[in-house]
Amino acid sequence: MPLGVKRRRWGEEVIRALLFLAATISILTTVGIVIALMAESIPFFVDVGSKFFTDGSWSPLFADPEFGIWQLLNGTFLITGIAILVAIPIGLASAIYLSEYASRRVRKIIKPALEVLVGVPTVVFGYFALTFVTPEILQAVGIDVKGFNALSAGLVMGIMIVPTIASISEDAMRAVPQGLREGAYGLGSTKRQVAMRVVFPAALSGIVAAIVLGVSRGVGETMIVLLAAGLQPNFGINPTEGFATITTFMGSAADGDNPAGSIGYQSIFACGTILFFLTLAMNMVAIRFVRKYRQVYD
Amino acid sequence: MAPPPPTADVIEATMPGTAFHRERGTQMKEVGFAVGLLALLSIALLTLLVLIVDVIVEGAGSLSASFFTETTSRIDPGSSGIAGPIMGTLYLMLVCAAFIIPVGVASAIYLEEYANREKWFNRAIEVNIQNLAAVPSIVYGVLGLAFLVRGPLSLGNVVLAGGLTLGLLVLPVVIVAGREAIRAVPPSIREGSMALGATKWQTIWKQVLPASIPGIATGTILALSRAIGEAAPLIVVGAIAFATTSDTSIFSGTFSALPIQIFGWTADANEAFKPLAAAAIIVLMGILLAMNAVAIWLRNRFEQKW
Repeated sequence: MPLGVKRRRWGEEVIRALLFLAATISILTTVGIVIALMAESIPFFVDVGSKFFTDGSWSPLFADPEFGIWQLLNGTFLITGIAILVAIPIGLASAIYLSEYASRRVRKIIKPALEVLVGVPTVVFGYFALTFVTPEILQAVGIDVKGFNALSAGLVMGIMIVPTIASISEDAMRAVPQGLREGAYGLGSTKRQVAMRVVFPAALSGIVAAIVLGVSRGVGETMIVLLAAGLQPNFGINPTEGFATITTFMGSAADGDNPAGSIGYQSIFACGTILFFLTLAMNMVAIRFVRKYRQVYD
Repeated sequence: MAPPPPTADVIEATMPGTAFHRERGTQMKEVGFAVGLLALLSIALLTLLVLIVDVIVEGAGSLSASFFTETTSRIDPGSSGIAGPIMGTLYLMLVCAAFIIPVGVASAIYLEEYANREKWFNRAIEVNIQNLAAVPSIVYGVLGLAFLVRGPLSLGNVVLAGGLTLGLLVLPVVIVAGREAIRAVPPSIREGSMALGATKWQTIWKQVLPASIPGIATGTILALSRAIGEAAPLIVVGAIAFATTSDTSIFSGTFSALPIQIFGWTADANEAFKPLAAAAIIVLMGILLAMNAVAIWLRNRFEQKW
């Protein structure tokens, strides 16, 4: 065979095909999720129709079922809202401190500690919210919360989200070119002014991405709310009461008592569909914002 | 890190008469701001500390040899143990590892060594992996329920279904870590191998892969340590909180797992089970700590500098 002519090596081709097949599993996962959700939700939505938006309450497992999603959305966003109110100040302060103030040595201690926080299983946070934060903190300081309440779940979820917000915002702040800081110092700015008026605005798109991802994590979080917030669908913004969320309904309804094809079974998938597209949308927004700051400074 | 601006007295010392002295109020604000940042940051770390202390205080009393050997009891907290959940978790991790290592590494090799990034399909895989990381874990449970437990595969509520569900959940972690490890191998290694007549696959198998094993191993351990703590997807695929036997099998029979047991005991109306939940948390966090320590050790010990 003359030099330069490529002989087809079938072994190599087969291996390439196998590797490609493995890589498609991740695509198949997404496709599988969408198919799984749709296969059960479409019959659900055909059956339930506009009641999904017009019914007052959510009780698909009752003899006289109601299918209004609003109570679950109410619970989800109330608890996530509390969480984000906790996580934004703590997460952003941590990011500013780590990026602008901390020495190398301090960073080396704080960063791993925050990583430990990421590694704590959420069921452990749920235990902590139910058995410590509610009785030993909230009730102990005289806040009249029920045994299951949105406040405790939200506060603990906030701490859970802190590392997400802190690490993404810190990345964004560290990507701000040193020249901007030096320029500001040259004009007589103080350290605080540099951090708040130069670095913070310059990193804003990354910070927005961090917050959106934080919200998305909170919306999708199951174990904390399942343990600490109760299962009672509820309306309102009183955080001392218990609330059900999209995820708690899914977790509590998927106990095997709902046979395939029943409306109860289908409602798990309907909730999953809402959750999937909600978090997907938020993730896409976040990726867009991250891309923005990367484009500007890289 | 920003260099600190020169203070007024430094300027005064080097260039007398040019320093402008900041007002006392400004100084106060500066210090107050830094202290405020640190105070907020320490709220998060303090919470972590309180959580760990609380769990140890509540649970240490229940940790005994029999806690590891007894099965769970619905009625008697005194004779309840985690033998079943531990076996369940062990088998889940075996299934999970057997799935994510070959599939994750193969995906990483494809994306780094073969995929033409110009092609839309390969870009779709990358975007997809990014998006999968943000899908809530409970949605993976729904996927497992529809396709593995029931539906096409109909495996039932067994370890195999649970382990594969967790595997799908953490697969992106292995792929991302694997890609980084493979990318870190310098092109000169590949060129040298090819120049000696090796085929592309021989180059990958004999040169690239061995060099990237530490990174892949670290990524796999981190993926497993994420999977081991997950409860939500397992609840949906039907793990149960009261496995009355430690006789777990991969292909048949009900199973439990540590996080499921922690959930079951915490949610139990009988307060006497709460210390058991805390004790099981100590065990789970202990395992997690050990896994992470191994991952860090692997990274430091075998990391290759080119």
